[in-house]
Amino acid sequence: MLTKRIIPCLDIKDGRTVKGIKFKNLIDAGDPVELASYYSAQGADELVFLDISATAEKRKTFASLVNEIAQKINIPFTVGGGITSVEEARRLLLAGADKVSINSAAVRNPALITELSKAFGSQCVVVAIDAKQIEGEWIVHLVGGKEPTSLRLFDWAKQVVKLGAGEILFTSMNNDGTKQGFANEALQKLSTRVNVPIIASGGAGSIQHFADTFLLGGADAALAASVFHFNEITLPNLKQKLQSQAIAIRL
Amino acid sequence: MSKVVIIDYGAGNIQSVQFALERLGVQAKLTHNTEDILSADKVIFPGVGHATPALKSLQEKGLDKLIPILKQPVLGICLGMQLMCSFLEENNQNGLDIFSTTVKKFSEEEKVPHIGWNDIKFKDGELFRGIEENPYVYFVHSYYAELGVETIATTGYGQQFSAALQKNNFYGCQFHPEKSGVIGEQILKNFLTITQ
Repeated sequence: MLTKRIIPCLDIKDGRTVKGIKFKNLIDAGDPVELASYYSAQGADELVFLDISATAEKRKTFASLVNEIAQKINIPFTVGGGITSVEEARRLLLAGADKVSINSAAVRNPALITELSKAFGSQCVVVAIDAKQIEGEWIVHLVGGKEPTSLRLFDWAKQVVKLGAGEILFTSMNNDGTKQGFANEALQKLSTRVNVPIIASGGAGSIQHFADTFLLGGADAALAASVFHFNEITLPNLKQKLQSQAIAIRL
Repeated sequence: MSKVVIIDYGAGNIQSVQFALERLGVQAKLTHNTEDILSADKVIFPGVGHATPALKSLQEKGLDKLIPILKQPVLGICLGMQLMCSFLEENNQNGLDIFSTTVKKFSEEEKVPHIGWNDIKFKDGELFRGIEENPYVYFVHSYYAELGVETIATTGYGQQFSAALQKNNFYGCQFHPEKSGVIGEQILKNFLTITQ
């Protein structure tokens, strides 16, 4: 049986992990390679690395970091952050990434989704969607949720799949950072509207939140950052508790 | 020291396979050179993405004729395995016809691609030596090889299909051993130590 995936997300700036990550067992938790190996050994099903470096110059170092990660870890990983062309995606995939994630670039240039999917296959193409519920409507936002667009979540999701997205990473801006749980209602609706796997993101605060997003939200995978980085939830404990609720999990 | 080659024909993320072998202490050569491939002790035939450009690239390099006549152990991974089958539904074309199976697209009943860790049931054999029953391995694909006489491992997504195939010296995995954690490493190690 296909299992639900648990995906720690690492933000990378200038080649280092950000957010005050604290782990006793790590020599250097700011080192993405070391942190990735740690999560992989702990039972992460996949990893996501988001490059939040501000300049194109610093972004170039990301490709060499991706190469280093690919050498060290034996589970799949997705990279994203500032990818706007097939060439940039190719550089990261050739460096060893399994998938690329695009967000704002997909909204600004939807044809990019098709170009990527034609070049590498839809299984390589994750479209990340940040949306905020405003007066009952889920509106797609750009620039980490700062800039609203005229797109509605469910329409946009359908469109990106039609264009060639193999997976959708949906972040609810209403839930992100709240630790009050994932946006399960919207996730459930997404799952019935599109026929690709959905990664839930934004709102993880407890083990039950993960269980809920699988059981109520119908998510195929759940992504979280701070609960893992601050050791509030450990992967082995999380996965065991999920399995005890009859959720298909790889232990 | 045995010589391992990875067939390089421009089909996607082959560095991952090379890195996985490096982690096992094996330096594999990326090549599409006939002499290199013929003289190797083990041949790995990877691939991700679309079947049509991959087949075209194999034909241009003469690899479509070379791969089926290889005598040493050959391991096809993901698209590599699918290309070794007899017929592919993607654009209705013939494969390399090493395995007699047909490759079909998943029905719309399931979310496609099939992405993630799924458990497999395997027949005892060299590829799965020393691995506990029903291990989880990582899949990412939109097409699947039907069950057939050469099926040595099965998994289910909507329906049962071939997770691994074997015919004589030819092996194929639909999943990615190079991305399947320690289980995947064991499978690669098993392949590298197959003796004939």
